[in-house]
Amino acid sequence: MRDKVVEATVRALQRAETSLPDWVLQRIEQAAAQESHPLARHHLQFMRENVQIAKERRLPLCQDTGLLIFHVQLGRELILDFSLSEAIAEGVRIATRDIPLRPNAVHPQTRQNSGDNTGLCMPDIILDYVDGRGLLLTAFPKGAGSENMSLVGMLNPADDPFEFIVKSVGERAANACPPLFLGIGLGGSFDLAARLAKRALLNMPGSSQEELQLLERINALGIGPMGLGGDTTALGIKIEKAFCHTASLPVAINFQCWANRSATEVIQ
Amino acid sequence: MTDYHLQTPLSGADVQKLAAGDVVFLSGLLFTARDKAHALMRREGCPVSLEGAALYHCGPLILDDRVLSAGPTTSGRMARYTEEILRLGVKAIIGKGGLPGEPFQDKAVYLAYPGGCGAAAAQQLRVLGVHLKELGMAESLWVFEAREFGPMIVAVDSHGRDLYEEVRRSAQRREAD
Repeated sequence: MRDKVVEATVRALQRAETSLPDWVLQRIEQAAAQESHPLARHHLQFMRENVQIAKERRLPLCQDTGLLIFHVQLGRELILDFSLSEAIAEGVRIATRDIPLRPNAVHPQTRQNSGDNTGLCMPDIILDYVDGRGLLLTAFPKGAGSENMSLVGMLNPADDPFEFIVKSVGERAANACPPLFLGIGLGGSFDLAARLAKRALLNMPGSSQEELQLLERINALGIGPMGLGGDTTALGIKIEKAFCHTASLPVAINFQCWANRSATEVIQ
Repeated sequence: MTDYHLQTPLSGADVQKLAAGDVVFLSGLLFTARDKAHALMRREGCPVSLEGAALYHCGPLILDDRVLSAGPTTSGRMARYTEEILRLGVKAIIGKGGLPGEPFQDKAVYLAYPGGCGAAAAQQLRVLGVHLKELGMAESLWVFEAREFGPMIVAVDSHGRDLYEEVRRSAQRREAD
């Protein structure tokens, strides 16, 4: 079982780094067909070409192969007699050498690079329990350009959270490689809001009426692909909510670039 | 919006003719530098001549001197170094997300390469050499030979226009409506 987890980690990273999920590509294609700005259309077209080159030549589509985040859905009936995090870390080391990935993980103070994308708390593993005996492992490499623009706002309950979101996206989008995918955490506490925002990115497909309205407001800003103008500023938005303190209104925005990479492996 | 095919080293006349919104394809030498290389250059000077150079904000993925993926990184982190970099003779800074426009006035241009397009960029680049290798793969100063490197958009020109700033201002106006 341990070997299967190591192998699944390598396979998930291989796929996540060199291709995009179909639904992500479809959104880029739809946007390219509807975009009215010539420069923005060129950008979207070039992004599609880049994905094609990466897939054909099995190259990482972005040189920022990311900080490595994994979402594990673990069957309740499954008994593991090994350390899951160590098995995933071993897969990360192999993938870094073999795909290869750029070594990105450094100590926060010395800035010393481990050379293999592992280190204190890295890779980051988000664990959920589900019914059954299976194990679902999703690789979610996260680039720094978009992660650096992410933020948590501890708003006044009298504030409008959507106004805060639209304003923040307007100011920060250009650095985060738009068109964006936006994970929003609304409510909870300081850290729960941030965790919800990351989960929103992991859960993305399909949007509610409320999410679509917010998406429309953001696209009306005209920031466009790469921040150089256009109709397409964001390709998707998901809001995850939690109850919060009566005196609080935490809002977290987790920015994700157009190259919304992820891949899931199933272990039975 | 004009297409230009330029060759490094860049001249003052090359910079002068470029206007915000033009598209550039660049051939010749490209030097990469990001966070650590900039900090080190401030302390110890630059190991190469940057007269007429194009400086690329990029931390490439390299295997055995082969460029595998090499798109732009966010330039904003290097904003504090723009003036001293331009004093070294750099005529074009390449990256994504933009830099404050003022230091570019009458001196240089900022070229935006499409972010996230590292695999496509790698097809246009070849490794010629590397400096500051002790900084690691992403942070080293790589010397690339570029062949028709682009499309890049002139996002900040030497005549005072800054497309990012124009888009941000327009977004603020639209938000207020």
